[in-house]
Amino acid sequence: MANSVWVFAEVKDGKIKKVTFEMLSEGKKMAEKLGVDLSALLLGQNVGSLAEQLGHYGADKVYLAEHEALKDYTTDAYSKVIAELIKANEPSIVLYGATVLGKDLSPRVAARVEAGLATDCTGIGLDDSGKLTATRPMFAGKAYADISFSDSKPNMASIRPNALPVSPPDESKKAEVIKVDVNINPDDIRTTIQEFIKTAGERPDLTEAEIIVSGGRGMKGPENFKMLEELADVLGATVGASRAAVDAGWRNVSDQVGQTGKVVSPNLYIACGISGAIQHLAGMSTSKYIVAINKDTEAPIFQKADYGIVDDLFKVLPVLTEELKKLKAEG
Amino acid sequence: MNVVVCVKQVPDTESAIKVKPDGSDIIKDDLKYVMNPYDEYGIEEALRIKEKFGGVVTILCMGPGRAVETIRTGLAMGADQAVQLDDPAFEGGDAFATAKALAEALKGIEYGLIFCGKQAIDDDLSQVGATLAELLKLPQVSLIQKLEIADDKKSATVHRQVEGGIEILKVSLPAVLTTQKGLNEPRYASLPGIMKAKKKPLDVKNLAALGLSSDSVGCAGSKSIITKYTPPPARAAGKIIEGEGPQETVPKLVKLLREGAKMI
Repeated sequence: MANSVWVFAEVKDGKIKKVTFEMLSEGKKMAEKLGVDLSALLLGQNVGSLAEQLGHYGADKVYLAEHEALKDYTTDAYSKVIAELIKANEPSIVLYGATVLGKDLSPRVAARVEAGLATDCTGIGLDDSGKLTATRPMFAGKAYADISFSDSKPNMASIRPNALPVSPPDESKKAEVIKVDVNINPDDIRTTIQEFIKTAGERPDLTEAEIIVSGGRGMKGPENFKMLEELADVLGATVGASRAAVDAGWRNVSDQVGQTGKVVSPNLYIACGISGAIQHLAGMSTSKYIVAINKDTEAPIFQKADYGIVDDLFKVLPVLTEELKKLKAEG
Repeated sequence: MNVVVCVKQVPDTESAIKVKPDGSDIIKDDLKYVMNPYDEYGIEEALRIKEKFGGVVTILCMGPGRAVETIRTGLAMGADQAVQLDDPAFEGGDAFATAKALAEALKGIEYGLIFCGKQAIDDDLSQVGATLAELLKLPQVSLIQKLEIADDKKSATVHRQVEGGIEILKVSLPAVLTTQKGLNEPRYASLPGIMKAKKKPLDVKNLAALGLSSDSVGCAGSKSIITKYTPPPARAAGKIIEGEGPQETVPKLVKLLREGAKMI
């Protein structure tokens, strides 16, 4: 159906990513206002069983594209399928998660169908004429911009994980599943995946984590991050690091939070031994709650923190971990 | 192998960004500009390719007059030549309009590989690399942290950073690769390098030289535009938890997080 609102459903390890449900929840409101359908795009191999869940979160239709060549994400295969679907069905709005995959895919599709695209949006809405509007951080969050789109359709946005609220699922709702004919030749795909080296454990990526425990120069060395790992274990958190800690070689680049690392917005950010350089603050100040542990009273991080403890982190962290363990044991 | 590196001049990471009272723009008076940090990795990698395979490294930069400084930095690092796209008509463009002009400028240049930073740290769009690849009908790989070019130069093996790990893939060349921290350690410009950079060819092209119409680039050629800037939402002043040592402060913190914030 023309003019409908589309959400790209991102699947990782056989599960739909949470950001998809966030987009469906917001997308549903927009579709209702516009009086159009909300559709989800589900690509992969043997992913059909996931369509049901997309219905629970508000999708009226699920375009299901299953093919061997879609088992793992490649830019060429995914962009081909989605661009063809867009050209055939003319949606008015297409949303993607601002994930590694979404940020690789969305500009490729946007360029092919000549659509406007706003990246990493923290808010979306409709203007008086029913056209998409978006709000997005720039300069890693040092400023925000309101975005409007040209009249050509569709308009697109990638949505920052954890930025939009999820509406509770309704298990009585069913989506109509539309099977998509997939025509992909081996020649269409110019990249081949050879190997995947797992570096992280079961913890969510920093950009999707609900709790982050982060360490900076004050950690004094790579071995001390073990204390943060232990705290993170109790909280179910992901461990982050400041640029200073990464540049010192203490932590992997993928752990870096800040303007030249990842911009994060967890529910809770615990900064340990991080002074709060402007480029770091930019990358985490949209966290719902910020806790800072630093022995320097003057550290700028305390101006952003909801709660601060001015003390030696090497004394505070073991007590905090112990206290939380006790709490967890009590249930 | 000839390599093109797309480069942008951006305010440095230590810059505080202030929004004009009317929200029409950010205040640019006191900003210190540098080369986009992610583009530095592209220049370094291009220089390493040149050292191994030979070839010409070209910097392609869209930006106003001041961007010459950034271009000269890249030339001083060792790039051979540069093309600057400078015209008021290019201003305010989204990734689509920008990539369109870049693609047009690339028509006269021979290349086996194009690097773009994974994103510019000013607009944070992360779009130009992929958009450029699409306009040139080339494959793309984003967020690369390691690159090995095959001896026949027809393909490359790249490591890219994805959620939870490293993906190793093979890509046919030419391609557009977007560079991420970890790819290499960019070199500093040497003094002789800085001297030499002044004599290296810099071709400044305006809209007419590119042969594009003014409604296809910049703000006029954009599919999305910024209508208003706002400062980030202010955070309320925080609370320092008082007490004698962690035995007192930590339980207070845990209580606040549990009962007040309901975070744990």
